[in-house]
Amino acid sequence: MPTYVNPDKCDGCKALDRPACMYICPNDLMTLDRSLGKAWNQEPDMCWECYACVKTCPQGAIAMRGYGDVVPLGASLTPLRGTDSIMWTVKFRNAQMKRFKFPIRTTPWGSIEPHHDLPPATVEDAGKPGLCGQARYLGVDALPAAAKR
Amino acid sequence: MDKPETEVVECDLLIVGGGMAGCGAAYEAAYWAQAKGLRVVMVEKAAIERSGAVAMGLSAINCYMGMKWGENQPEDFVRYVRQDLMGLSREDLVYDIARNVDSTVHMFEEWGLPIFKTPEGRYKREGRWQVMIHGESYKPIVAEAAKKAIGENNIYERVFMSHILLDKSDPGKVAGALGFSVRDNKIYVFRAKAVISSAGGATMVFRPHSVGEGLGRIWYAPWNTGSAYKLMIMAGAEMTQMEHRLVVARFKDGYGPVGMWFLLFKAVLKNGHGELVEEKWADLLKDWLPYGGGKPIPTPLRNHQMIRDHLAGAGPHYLRTDEALQQMYADVQNDPRKVREIEADAWEDFLDMTMSQALLWASENIDPAKTPSEVVLTEPYLMGSHASGTGAWVSGPEDIAPREYFWGYNRMTTVRGLFAAGDGVGGSAHKFSSGSYTEGRLAGKGAIAYINANGGAPALDQERIEAITRDLMKPFEVWEESRSAVTRGEVNPAALSPKQSLLRLQKIMDEYVAGQGSGYITNGPTLRRGLELLQMLKEDLPRMAARDRHDLLRSWEVWDRFYCAEAHARHVLFREETRWPGYYYRGDFPKLDEANWKCFTTSRYDADKGEWTLSKKPYVPLIP
Repeated sequence: MPTYVNPDKCDGCKALDRPACMYICPNDLMTLDRSLGKAWNQEPDMCWECYACVKTCPQGAIAMRGYGDVVPLGASLTPLRGTDSIMWTVKFRNAQMKRFKFPIRTTPWGSIEPHHDLPPATVEDAGKPGLCGQARYLGVDALPAAAKR
Repeated sequence: MDKPETEVVECDLLIVGGGMAGCGAAYEAAYWAQAKGLRVVMVEKAAIERSGAVAMGLSAINCYMGMKWGENQPEDFVRYVRQDLMGLSREDLVYDIARNVDSTVHMFEEWGLPIFKTPEGRYKREGRWQVMIHGESYKPIVAEAAKKAIGENNIYERVFMSHILLDKSDPGKVAGALGFSVRDNKIYVFRAKAVISSAGGATMVFRPHSVGEGLGRIWYAPWNTGSAYKLMIMAGAEMTQMEHRLVVARFKDGYGPVGMWFLLFKAVLKNGHGELVEEKWADLLKDWLPYGGGKPIPTPLRNHQMIRDHLAGAGPHYLRTDEALQQMYADVQNDPRKVREIEADAWEDFLDMTMSQALLWASENIDPAKTPSEVVLTEPYLMGSHASGTGAWVSGPEDIAPREYFWGYNRMTTVRGLFAAGDGVGGSAHKFSSGSYTEGRLAGKGAIAYINANGGAPALDQERIEAITRDLMKPFEVWEESRSAVTRGEVNPAALSPKQSLLRLQKIMDEYVAGQGSGYITNGPTLRRGLELLQMLKEDLPRMAARDRHDLLRSWEVWDRFYCAEAHARHVLFREETRWPGYYYRGDFPKLDEANWKCFTTSRYDADKGEWTLSKKPYVPLIP
């Protein structure tokens, strides 16, 4: 269900150094129309409908319309993504509404400390089986090893 | 178009592709690189916060042993994978992922990925190997860890990698990789002692069900263009099981996942007459012993039953969400709070990972508790992380790999210094997100061990780099040269658009190489005819025209898919049996042939001569 951009809401992310949708789109679809100063989906038939642009747009200017091959008109699916949860509003073709809220993260954004508290790496250990932090993360005492044939 | 600027980036390890496998490689390699102060660089054609197959999110982690609770052991997983793949898996690789994967999942939880829990505090199981997650932000969380592990200054985004570079004085060894910026007029040359191919498997090699606006709304990510394979094929790496494609049953038109419905909600598949497909066609399994007699029924055999039912005119096929939910509601005495929880779980399964299916339900006014939804088989995909086995032939782990499968460093391909992970590794499967990340970690560690022992500076071949650069920019030249041939429009006698080229590839593959439009069936003469048409397409692809940088990206993605398609067709032709009915059928060799084909197939492409060499490799069991 390819994305489309509402011209009344999109401001081309003038306050940012690049449009947020253009930065995030995994398939290089969202781009800026320089004459309009607004974003658009330049190749909708390559859209996976992943909602990355919809979720990230600071203006809430991007939405999906069911892909034309088969999907009846009139429904909508709108996310509101916060720091620890996401709220989805589902509007049916017959105007019925449903709302769902799900957690997305249990820790603050930016809080990950990779290799935190792990002993220093050595060249010798790099040549042996077992991944870093095994003692802390694997959950069993030793790395299982099937008999070598 | 002006000549592009070239930037040379010096590093020790280059990771090509920042999806799950690439982020795992970055995390692990960064740790082991500390000992000698090595530089680890990652390059990605999009933004790693939302790139790869997990960009959209996931509602489950499908590979987790639960060893700390004694739930499963790695041996159990190997037996399961072997059965699902109809006997053929690299058991050393599967075992290696299984014994390490729990540490990955525990780390994800510590980083902030919300995992469903039971009242006893264990992870909530969807099935024997699956745990349920609130996975909307799965990829952004994993990307944050990768960025912090190697440093944002070592991540190059919006760069499309087109070629592995081999060492000028030792062409059996890697020297780096080359690609172009998707944003600027710039070529990137990465000089590296080791390279990990952790890019994606191949979608859209076959014509999908929808070919209009819905062309890209396929099951696996459309930006997975088979870079992982094409990079390695062109570098002369030996590939394996490139015939072992994937076809899965999914909700029709939205490709929503069915795993939770089958495994947790106990929903069943019934045909248009209300018959249970699995019961009706139970006898078919006897044709595929010993695998047909084992449990669970292998994915291809379940597909096979659906195909036979479809050919018997007994469709459509419904996943009876209505019956399953009514039973679950009755089990909780229709307690409104519990009913609401079950309904939220059902919707979240789509909203975390395939929003289109939820929108489709809303568009068709479907309440899954009242109306069942159609299920169909997808078009084929080439990927090494799911229930299929395409990818590179790699060395196994040093402590458990049989002699035949070991040549020095874990996950190293047959090109020295070139490693693979995730969709890129063949002959093993059922890695999914957590296993792909774990395999990235294994490859990352293997690559650092290789660099520690083989520290010499790689020698770049400047002439070759300049030749590749000219080739990369050629679609711009074709555009300029061909514009004046017509008044207006896309019909041009001297040029093809990337989209026209892609559709031509998809039509050949669908009609000659057992696509869904052909009922997944082919034979030797049909495959040879398909290869003739592929050869003519290969001759025409240098006529692809690019108006802009977006077109340039698409042009080179067509080349990715082309080489994956050709490898696939040649492997399907080579294996003279039908091992995975329901994935594809060889009409001329319609049976399983354990005596001659219980072995791996491998291929090597000589890019200078344009020649393929195929061979067999022995299957060596590790687990009784």
